[in-house]
Amino acid sequence: MSDTNLLTVTAAETARLIRDGEVSAAECLDVWLERTAADDLNGYLWKADREAAVKGVDGSAGGPVAGVPVAIKDIFVTEGVPTTAASKILEGYRPPYSATAVTKLAEAGMPMLGKTNMDEFAMGSSNENSAYGPALNPWDRARVPGGSSGGSAAVVAGGLAPWALGTDTGGSIRQPAALCGIVGLKPTYGSISRYGMIAFASSLDQCGPLTQDVTDAALLLAQLEGKDEMDSTSTGIDGGIEPPSAENLEGLTFGIPSDLIGDGVDPGVKAVFDRTVSRIEQLGGKVVEIDLPHAGHGISAYYVLAPAEASTNLSRYDGVRYGIRDSDADLTSMYEVTRGDGFGPEVKRRIMLGTYALSSGYYDAYYGRAQRVRTMIVRDFDAAFSKVDFVITPTSPSVAFGLGEKTTDPLTMYLNDLFTVPMSLAGIPAISIPAGMAAPEGGGPDMPVGFQIAAPAFGEQKLLEASLALETAIGFDRSGGRVA
Amino acid sequence: MAQEMEAVIGLEIHVQLATETKMFCGCALSFGDEPNVHTCPICLAHPGTLPVPNRKAIEFALQIAAALDCEVAPRSIFHRKNYFYPDSPKAYQISQYDIPIAGAGRLGDVRIHRAHLEEDAAKMIHVGESGRIQGSDASLVDFNRGGTPLVEIVTEPDLKSGAQVREWGQLLRATIKQLGVSNVNMEEGSLRCDANVSIRPVGSTELGTKTEMKNMNSFRFIERGIEAEIERQKALVAAGGKVVQETLHFDPSTGELHSLRSKEEAHDYRYLPEPDLVAIAPSEEMMAAAKASLPELPAARAARYRDELGVQDSAALLLSFETDWAEFFEGVIAHDDSIEPRVAANWVTGEFAAELRRQDDQPLADSKVTPEALGALVALVGSKRVSHASAKDVLEQMVAEGSDPLAVVEEQGLEQISDSGELESIVKAAIENNPKPAEQVRSGNEKAIGALVGAVMRETKGRADGGEVTRLLRQELGL
Repeated sequence: MSDTNLLTVTAAETARLIRDGEVSAAECLDVWLERTAADDLNGYLWKADREAAVKGVDGSAGGPVAGVPVAIKDIFVTEGVPTTAASKILEGYRPPYSATAVTKLAEAGMPMLGKTNMDEFAMGSSNENSAYGPALNPWDRARVPGGSSGGSAAVVAGGLAPWALGTDTGGSIRQPAALCGIVGLKPTYGSISRYGMIAFASSLDQCGPLTQDVTDAALLLAQLEGKDEMDSTSTGIDGGIEPPSAENLEGLTFGIPSDLIGDGVDPGVKAVFDRTVSRIEQLGGKVVEIDLPHAGHGISAYYVLAPAEASTNLSRYDGVRYGIRDSDADLTSMYEVTRGDGFGPEVKRRIMLGTYALSSGYYDAYYGRAQRVRTMIVRDFDAAFSKVDFVITPTSPSVAFGLGEKTTDPLTMYLNDLFTVPMSLAGIPAISIPAGMAAPEGGGPDMPVGFQIAAPAFGEQKLLEASLALETAIGFDRSGGRVA
Repeated sequence: MAQEMEAVIGLEIHVQLATETKMFCGCALSFGDEPNVHTCPICLAHPGTLPVPNRKAIEFALQIAAALDCEVAPRSIFHRKNYFYPDSPKAYQISQYDIPIAGAGRLGDVRIHRAHLEEDAAKMIHVGESGRIQGSDASLVDFNRGGTPLVEIVTEPDLKSGAQVREWGQLLRATIKQLGVSNVNMEEGSLRCDANVSIRPVGSTELGTKTEMKNMNSFRFIERGIEAEIERQKALVAAGGKVVQETLHFDPSTGELHSLRSKEEAHDYRYLPEPDLVAIAPSEEMMAAAKASLPELPAARAARYRDELGVQDSAALLLSFETDWAEFFEGVIAHDDSIEPRVAANWVTGEFAAELRRQDDQPLADSKVTPEALGALVALVGSKRVSHASAKDVLEQMVAEGSDPLAVVEEQGLEQISDSGELESIVKAAIENNPKPAEQVRSGNEKAIGALVGAVMRETKGRADGGEVTRLLRQELGL
């Protein structure tokens, strides 16, 4: 079989080819390393050579993913391999250990292609907050790939990796997957270990797959999920994950939170959403209106809670033990100059927001109140799931926007997360699948549109089944994103 | 006249738990090892690491809670206490804040406010003359100690004086030591005590402005420091001044109090519920196991010695605070049914302890004297075969050489003179040879009899029963 074919098939198909002996794992790796070497999307911050790619990989693993290489978001620590979370403050840092998720993939026989670009410390929705320049959207390089897992989304959509690992705190897997025309799954909070995942907002951060299709997402999730004794908050998914096989949506009910979606969605995106709703009905699914009365406050609550946690999570970058140290005049200068130089503007903004929200005298008004909103959103979903099997929304209010278009106004940027944040706050699984193409507001070639489906906690299997049926019906053509 | 003032004192005691590993990672606990050998990505706060609570530390905390008669929270949680300092690699300490593992309790006459679990900071070494971070040439951090499990015990402000703090502190230390959950060594820092001191008019129920006295490394110093601070506050208020809330350091070498006024004090710790940990919810089995594991604690042991064995209060306390002494004492009284526990306790805590001190400050553990041997000696005295004075000579040889008391008595002819005829003639001779004190006694100065008793004892080389000698002297002198 020719190399070109390997680049156009899914990861699951690649695994089958390797298992059936049609291609060797080594040949497969060479094909992909050649691709990563040609990365012109700024998708990778570090690229493996052959030796580094297979370091620690179990070459004798014979499981369902053995030999299929993977790209890893630079937020996962990788032993001896530069890990920066796209921040200058971790320049030159080589971790002494590897994240549980990374180790699990190596044990499953998956070589690592490289570390992908991202928004600094996963704070951003466009990848423009990377200290190493933005990754580019392979469909239109003048546009952002989304964020924060922008590099992971770009390399999968661009054909620079069969699949990739990302993290999602408020939409950081789903939104870039949507903007790049691929599948992105944020599993239930706790289903995958966070050990070795550089913390942004610990109560929200969750690892997940960015893949070419739903079957690949299920396959990668199956490798990753599981309780880890190194992460007290991890639970795994009871019963594990099987490859999905559903062909229709008979007997399933989908709820649309119309109030949440409101008028803030671009017409092109809305049109694709409506068309997808019709497909659900054609597949036998029932679609109803639901109410998530507090979900609209999700963004406000999220932008208190996540920065609050971030402000303490990022305090360890102090110049004492690793990373850069830009002054040692005295203790205060070491902190101030190191952190002042090391962090980018968005990270500083959130550290300040979070520090303020936790300050004595303001805690109840901000953090306490945001926690109460979070609890109400959890109850909203509980109530909704007593009536419906899934909640559906557009993944993002717009298609990929132009580089630099929203950087001057953080609040507009934050609204990108309007539909993804409520699920993060509720800790429930949600997936984005590509549903069609739409013209950007302001002109330009059509760009991918994502469709988000959310399920109750630990409902991943059911979620993947429904997603597969819908994906098959949509028949999205992802070849437009592939880099020639 | 100025209003009479009383002191109100509350304590915060940090107890390092003697677990095998740190609070949130698998590194071994240590003291005095090479710097930074007991570290790992977790306790160095590398990116991506997460804490995993030490089950043994939770069990130890539950034992402390049981020993202090505390209520245990069904679900207690951890918080992050945020502050920047190189001894705190995460820049926050994982501690418990509004829902500690142990709530209200009591030890002796002091109420416990709460006890909670947390992790210790790393150790800073400041190079240069100042010895403090300000003005040092460089500062080094040893992360070996960082992450050591701590239980912080907070009392209600129930203490009134430095002496009471010392006594109660010793009771607490003995109690924790008895549990076997900590080394409670104040010099090594495995037990650290801070005191909050304020004064108020006697009879008032309001609390005055308090000062905090930090990190004193012996209960003796704490007593002196608190007394000095109480005096300072009293003098200040008497002169019309006001106590200012501040942190003080007591210098035991000069007896002076220094204010530790620094920016570092003005902390806003920005407490945040620790999102990386789940609640501690001890099972019924864990709670029952903690209670069942409690040995007889010093307070209960002291009460038993006092109430059931008739041991004097002071001796009962001395014995109860030191397990090895208590065990020794129990060995002594087990030797012979005829031994009165009250008498044996006095021998153990009095003559025997003093003799050990006199002979090179021998620790009990190294003593050549077995409880059985001391029991035999006490029994000899009890049956009046050996006088108290002779017994002390025997004890000296026992401590020096581990000799058998009966053998010493027989070899050296120390057996008490039991023939009253022999003793009577010695008494008569003493009166004749000492006419002056004899006359004084006859004319009403009973105290002068001591000189005559001394003369008899010299003559008998201490082999006479002091009580019997006095009785015979009085009889002869017609009293």
